[in-house]
Amino acid sequence: MLQRLQHILDIESLNPEQITFILDQSKPFQEFQRHPLKKLATLRGKTVAVAFFEASTRTRISFTTAASRLGADTMNLQAESSSLKKGESLIDTVKTLEAMRPDAIVMRHSSSGAAAFVAERVDIPVLNAGDGTHEHPTQALLDALTIRDRKGKLNDWNVTILGDILHSRVARSNIHLLGKFGAKITLCGPAMWIPAGLERLGPKLLRTTCIEKALHGADVIIVLRTQTERIHEPSLAADEFILGYQLTEDRLRLASSDALVMHPGPMIRGLEIDPAVADGPQCAVLEQVTNGLAVRMALLYHLIGGAPADAPHPAKERSNAAD
Amino acid sequence: MLLIKNGRVVDPAIKTDTIFDVLLDGERIARIGANIAAPNAEVFDATGLVVAPGFIDLHCHLREPGQELSETIETGTQAAARGGFTAVCCMPNTTPVNDNASVTRGIVERAAAKSPVRVWPIGAASIGSKGEALAEIAAMKKAGIVAVSDDGRPVATARLMRQAMDYSNALGLPVIDHCEDPSLFAGGVMREGAHSIRLGLKGIPAQCESICVGRDVELARLTGARLHIAHMSTRASLEHMRKAKQEGLHVTCEVTPHHFTLTDEDVRYDSNYKMNPPLASREDREALVEGLADGSIDAIATDHAPHHPASKDVEFDRAPFGITGFETALALGFSELVHSGKLSLMRLIELFTAGPARVLGKGRKIAEGEPADLTIFSTDRSWTFRAADSPSKSRNTPFDGRAFRGGPIATIVAGRVVYSQPLATYSAD
Repeated sequence: MLQRLQHILDIESLNPEQITFILDQSKPFQEFQRHPLKKLATLRGKTVAVAFFEASTRTRISFTTAASRLGADTMNLQAESSSLKKGESLIDTVKTLEAMRPDAIVMRHSSSGAAAFVAERVDIPVLNAGDGTHEHPTQALLDALTIRDRKGKLNDWNVTILGDILHSRVARSNIHLLGKFGAKITLCGPAMWIPAGLERLGPKLLRTTCIEKALHGADVIIVLRTQTERIHEPSLAADEFILGYQLTEDRLRLASSDALVMHPGPMIRGLEIDPAVADGPQCAVLEQVTNGLAVRMALLYHLIGGAPADAPHPAKERSNAAD
Repeated sequence: MLLIKNGRVVDPAIKTDTIFDVLLDGERIARIGANIAAPNAEVFDATGLVVAPGFIDLHCHLREPGQELSETIETGTQAAARGGFTAVCCMPNTTPVNDNASVTRGIVERAAAKSPVRVWPIGAASIGSKGEALAEIAAMKKAGIVAVSDDGRPVATARLMRQAMDYSNALGLPVIDHCEDPSLFAGGVMREGAHSIRLGLKGIPAQCESICVGRDVELARLTGARLHIAHMSTRASLEHMRKAKQEGLHVTCEVTPHHFTLTDEDVRYDSNYKMNPPLASREDREALVEGLADGSIDAIATDHAPHHPASKDVEFDRAPFGITGFETALALGFSELVHSGKLSLMRLIELFTAGPARVLGKGRKIAEGEPADLTIFSTDRSWTFRAADSPSKSRNTPFDGRAFRGGPIATIVAGRVVYSQPLATYSAD
């Protein structure tokens, strides 16, 4: 039986069994999102601290909603309102939060390694909601759930990741996750965003600056947002990026006819993706958002639910509904 | 009088490796030889130990004046004495910067009152180390500086570097440069490569250093002046040095213990692995070890860079660069260089003694009439470094808890034992 994970800090250190277990646990929560009464009592009395030291809307709302649908309360901390502005260190801020006795901390931070740094210094589970340009594990898990649903299995797909790979934590987590499931992954973008060394992140990785080559035969296409706030180098003109790397309908035709198009959001129509593709039948962006809730519920339940791994799934128990 | 009995005297300057006695009289060495009889002298039994000329550290940060939360001249030099150093050169990036004679005098006076070891300050090359105008180098020389540097950053422009080299050379001082191209450095926190990519940490390419070393070598050729490259970390920089030396230019360089020990593969989300220059690739580390062995590198220097825990215990990319280094330098030399068969003991000692002395235009040897500065150490006793036991005010080291074989036993400065290791702390093996 799977041993309970202490923290969720990255995908790199998870094994395929653990990932499959999390996805299996997410599945009933995914169906649960269609239920008219979206509230369980599973984590009633538990508190989840949601500490976002970097601006975010969708991921923060997804986590607070996931916690609330499990019956947990949330404590919200946002960088703008925090004492970090007054010069308090990250560790003091987190220790202060911990002293209010939450059962877990969900955190996002602009520094790579920040979640691991905090996890070493607190006694409760830490769930990484994105650390700098390192990893964004829940995004990769929800993407995996989406692929498994849409394409019937997770293993052995030809995956193409498009855009600024170097500065993308989503790309890193996806490379690690899909790599563990046999994917052949092609990384494609302007040369300075796919530097040598990237191919050493996983077993079957290719780098190319040619989008046509990258899309040929692709089963899954992950379009990244161009993360202008993380680019230290002089940035690339938008027109130049569109010319070389926008996912257009014409380019999409180079991929498998049933290729799945995903995007972690926020999506900028007309920049990295042609609106026609974004709204087309192959694009799963909104399913990804819903699946995000399911994956985050599964992880919170796993980390702080306290039930054995073989316990009946909470979303399947009618008696569990909150009053 | 102090008689060091029965030690294995190893001194590359006099090409000696023999069991000898060394008699110290006041601040000078009185005699060196076999079975010296000195009935009235106090005796230090060095049986089984190596007696070497006093170690010199070309590169450290004592943080005084102005940054005393991290270190003081008193605490830093106590740590230096424990590391076997009899003289340390402190970099000028204090607050205020040591760019004028009054700051230099303050450091010299403070050291005279508080330091167990000799403190040789390095003056700033430019005012405030801002890279705009030359500092008061001649006045600082009178006050006691032994070199100039804008360490912490490179001498900003080729034009200023040229002036600093010309001017300092006429005063008999080398210019020590911290080589880095600022535009390539641009917010980086570790060496660029597969590991920086994996960790999502902003990388600094190796060329960031070697481009600047290349510039400096060109200027050494132009001026004929003495150039010393600080904490050199890459193969490409070493190649510049080798060529310049073959050509007969007056260039020297130093390497830190952490750069010949660790690589970018060791970096974790722990700011004790964050230093500047960053830990280099495995290939670069191997090149540095070769350079240390074949004589292309002149000195081992610690770049002891204390930072108080509150400043270092933060997110990796927000932490300051630097680690402490005095107390682990010699032991790392054993574990990485001598015990592994890469360097002879004689060569290791040269890198701590005659090598750095030459960079400063000084001599360093065990001979009659020379200053009574000696470093006594064991090559085989087992011990464990505990950062918490250090006299330094800071604890920022990746080597906390590391077990070593060989390390300092006693440090003698001007005939006085300023540090001696209680032998009980070594386990017999």
